[in-house]
Amino acid sequence: MKTLESLKADAAWAGFKPGVWQEKIDVVDFIKTNYTPYEGDDSFLAGVTDRTKKVWDIVSDLMKKEVANGGLLDADVSTPSAVDAYGPGYIEKDLELIVGLQTDAPLKRAIMPYGGYRMVQASCEAYGLKEDEKVKEIFTKYRKTHNEGVFQAYTPEIRACRKSAIITGLPDAYGRGRIIGDYRRVALYGIDALIEEKTLEKASSDHMDMVEDIIREREELSDQILALESIKRMALSYGIDISKPARSFKEAVQWVYFGYLAATKDQNGAAMSMGRVSSFLDIYAERDLNTKAATESELQEIMDDFIIKLRMIRFLRTPEYNELFSGDPVWVTESIGGMGDDGRTLVTKNSFRILHTLNNLGPAPEPNMTVLWSTKLPENFKKFCAAVSIDTSSIQYENDDLMRPLFGSDYGIACCVSPMIIGKEMQFFGARANLAKALLYAINGGVDERTFAKVVDGFEPITSEYLNYDEVAEKFDAIMTWLAKTYVSALNIIHFMHDKYYYEKAQLSLMDKDIVRKLGCGIAGFSVVVDSLSAIKYAKVKPIRNEQGIAVDFEIEGDFPKYGNNDDRVDSIATALVEQFMNKIRQLPTYRKAIPTQSILTITSNVVYGKKTGNTPDGRKANVPFAPGANPLHGRDVCGALASLCSVAKLPFEHAKDGISNTFSIIPNSLGKTKEDRIQNLTGMLDGYMAKHGQHLNVNVLNRETLKDAMEHPENYPQLTIRVSGYAVNFIKLTRDQQLDVISRTFHEKL
Amino acid sequence: MVKGYIHSVETMGAVDGPGLRYVVFFQGCPFRCLFCHNPDTWKMLPDHQKSVDEVVQDILKYRDFFSFSGGGVTLSGGEPLMQPAFTAELVKVLKEQNIHVAIDTCGYVDKTPDIERIVQQADLFLLDIKHLNPVQHRKITGKNNDKTLAFLRFLNETHKDVWIRLVLLPTYSMDDAYINELIHFLKPFSCVKTVELLPYHEAGKAKWEKLGLTYPLSVTPPETDDVIAIANRFKAAGFRVLAPEKKS
Repeated sequence: MKTLESLKADAAWAGFKPGVWQEKIDVVDFIKTNYTPYEGDDSFLAGVTDRTKKVWDIVSDLMKKEVANGGLLDADVSTPSAVDAYGPGYIEKDLELIVGLQTDAPLKRAIMPYGGYRMVQASCEAYGLKEDEKVKEIFTKYRKTHNEGVFQAYTPEIRACRKSAIITGLPDAYGRGRIIGDYRRVALYGIDALIEEKTLEKASSDHMDMVEDIIREREELSDQILALESIKRMALSYGIDISKPARSFKEAVQWVYFGYLAATKDQNGAAMSMGRVSSFLDIYAERDLNTKAATESELQEIMDDFIIKLRMIRFLRTPEYNELFSGDPVWVTESIGGMGDDGRTLVTKNSFRILHTLNNLGPAPEPNMTVLWSTKLPENFKKFCAAVSIDTSSIQYENDDLMRPLFGSDYGIACCVSPMIIGKEMQFFGARANLAKALLYAINGGVDERTFAKVVDGFEPITSEYLNYDEVAEKFDAIMTWLAKTYVSALNIIHFMHDKYYYEKAQLSLMDKDIVRKLGCGIAGFSVVVDSLSAIKYAKVKPIRNEQGIAVDFEIEGDFPKYGNNDDRVDSIATALVEQFMNKIRQLPTYRKAIPTQSILTITSNVVYGKKTGNTPDGRKANVPFAPGANPLHGRDVCGALASLCSVAKLPFEHAKDGISNTFSIIPNSLGKTKEDRIQNLTGMLDGYMAKHGQHLNVNVLNRETLKDAMEHPENYPQLTIRVSGYAVNFIKLTRDQQLDVISRTFHEKL
Repeated sequence: MVKGYIHSVETMGAVDGPGLRYVVFFQGCPFRCLFCHNPDTWKMLPDHQKSVDEVVQDILKYRDFFSFSGGGVTLSGGEPLMQPAFTAELVKVLKEQNIHVAIDTCGYVDKTPDIERIVQQADLFLLDIKHLNPVQHRKITGKNNDKTLAFLRFLNETHKDVWIRLVLLPTYSMDDAYINELIHFLKPFSCVKTVELLPYHEAGKAKWEKLGLTYPLSVTPPETDDVIAIANRFKAAGFRVLAPEKKS
């Protein structure tokens, strides 16, 4: 490439070790060739500066106003969002080190009608905003949306499943998200090189037969090139030219942020994750330190400013959406640390700096700080993570030793727990199927236990006085076969339409042409099903039927082993269930030959799912929330935290490669007597969990009383952060039901 | 093979010895402490019997956590030394597996061959001293303190690692004179390097009521500042002290 050739002599690349990365777009090679692993402790870190404090104070005030205003500070309803739709926006122009906002003012939200105009309409209604007539006319009369396309293709059965909530949370009315652009490319190569690359890629098919795949690729590459040009224009509106590579740490952060910001202007994705930028940026930090171009304090200040920006990412969403994914999350997930495939750690000083923003600015749910944990991480870094976790409850941990062999050393987590290789893999997000409800359908022959409507034909109910395990297992298997087919069909429709009407041109412009696509299916109600099957197997379960013969409740005679106690009698049911449903999904055809995967993750929809599911054979009552993700049901794990962790760690990642979410809460005093003890014990717990192949762990170190007090006096807890299923939220932004759910969950509090 | 009366287990104990610990709560206790927070462990119930092998097999599931955190197993209760034959066998097997073993005990035992074996093999003793004054001790526990103090001397002779656990109970064991007496008493024991202060709390109250028992104390839990002051005095006397910290 001509542009790359000319960059070799450019000052932007001065001081970097040469490599393959200079011949083609190859960020990984650049990192491997140039980064400096850091094994030292946190003593080098710099505190917060007055400037940073000032900026953060302004933003904090705006955030308080946003909460007081019912969750929305301001919105521009007349300008459909696009990468360069708005003029520049600032918090306080003279104070900002890193610039760029989603619209022209802080926390002002944009409309993104391409996913579906109904989302815009419902959001306006919910927040008392007046719809813009012109926008309405365009998107209801002239321009079809993703949402419309999907509903045209949906089958009656899919609609019925959606209505009965056996399949829920489908991205059929909003952006699917879970695509991570490789924002580092902007900093390393500059936009012009990326445009040249995409132009060459498009030209490579100039002489091919124009069949559907090729035509689509040419159209997509053209859109990507337009997106790259618009990113450049957007940056220029801030007076910054990003056509060439970044020349300093500050520029590198700014360039990366512009890439990310463009994505958030283009897409209202369910999860808009950052990827794995901190150790990449460290290379620039080290260069600036070596040439004395920047001090440690200046570097930290830039990181702090960057993080303030990421804390401000907002989308205009409906109350229904917020009920599913509460607390206004955007999943700016940044993956930190991990090990390289050459045995060196990928922890750098900048891994410390990014976590240190939680100390300098206080806890926050975004960005979704995700430490890729390996038992081989430097001990100093482990301790630092544990200390920050204990102080802020703002970190989640994912098992690098488990994922690295499958994803290499440059993957990142999208959303909560979904690993993907940066710039090379993306996901078709698929929300989840409610297996607890599916079990009830197996018992009731496809009749919904709440509405008594027949959702699917061809299944006979169980009529015996007591439930027989073998009969239930057989009927459940048949229902899952049907459910998987209906579910994957819905996802294929959704992603076909999303590509067609709401293509992620900005993110995909920063990724490889031949991208690997995964179909991210998911299951909810996991522990409810496992315990139900255990009850049916080990105790006696008698359905209570109504006049129509529908089982509406269950009587359990005798005790049964419960998931979460490291008891193989029931944990084996759990591991088999994961594999069983995955095997159903594996057999089905997928749109664009996406590779099927599944997650055991509920986000916060465990509350809504619980509301939509009747009494279950494990003794859980109707409306009671499910446990989040792969967690054991609240209060049923009675042998202590390690037993609970070990049960979850048994779930086979090979059959749930999209992630297995586990949320862990402990009161500080139960973690040890002294600060040093608590750090050592949390570190040991994480090492042990990962050694046992657990994939993910949210760590909350909190007292229940704090949460109760925050419910009563939210004004005193503007930054109280709590990790829920795979992400973190401001506790005070949860709905009351969700707050109560969090409080009722198992807190390990052995004293 | 002798079986043990086991009340329950806690797979993640982080406050009963170093590191993460699998805590085995035994049934049966010679004392009836006024502030007992596990009164449900007082009695031995025949349906709670377990073999050494059963207990060990479950413990072994957590080996990784012990080695990563510098932890191990703590035998607590109730009173693990009230079942000396079982405990001796359990400690032996755990030591064969190279697992760190701590015994949380009130020390109310006679020096039998089983007890000697336990003392030889266990790594750490968490010894409760409820009171130095025999009258007060009887008031708190219902029994004399002579055996406990004799056991401490025995541990000292065998050069065991001992953490002394002191429940700080206002009006019983917190006044200046008594703390002085404690420091003076403990100082000559070279086996005692760590003192753990356990401020009285009312967490056990609900359990008493659940068992149909009348909770005998009406004492307000101590102020953290008072606990910290006592901790500082032990520190000044050269002990390592484990005590609640001031909330930051």
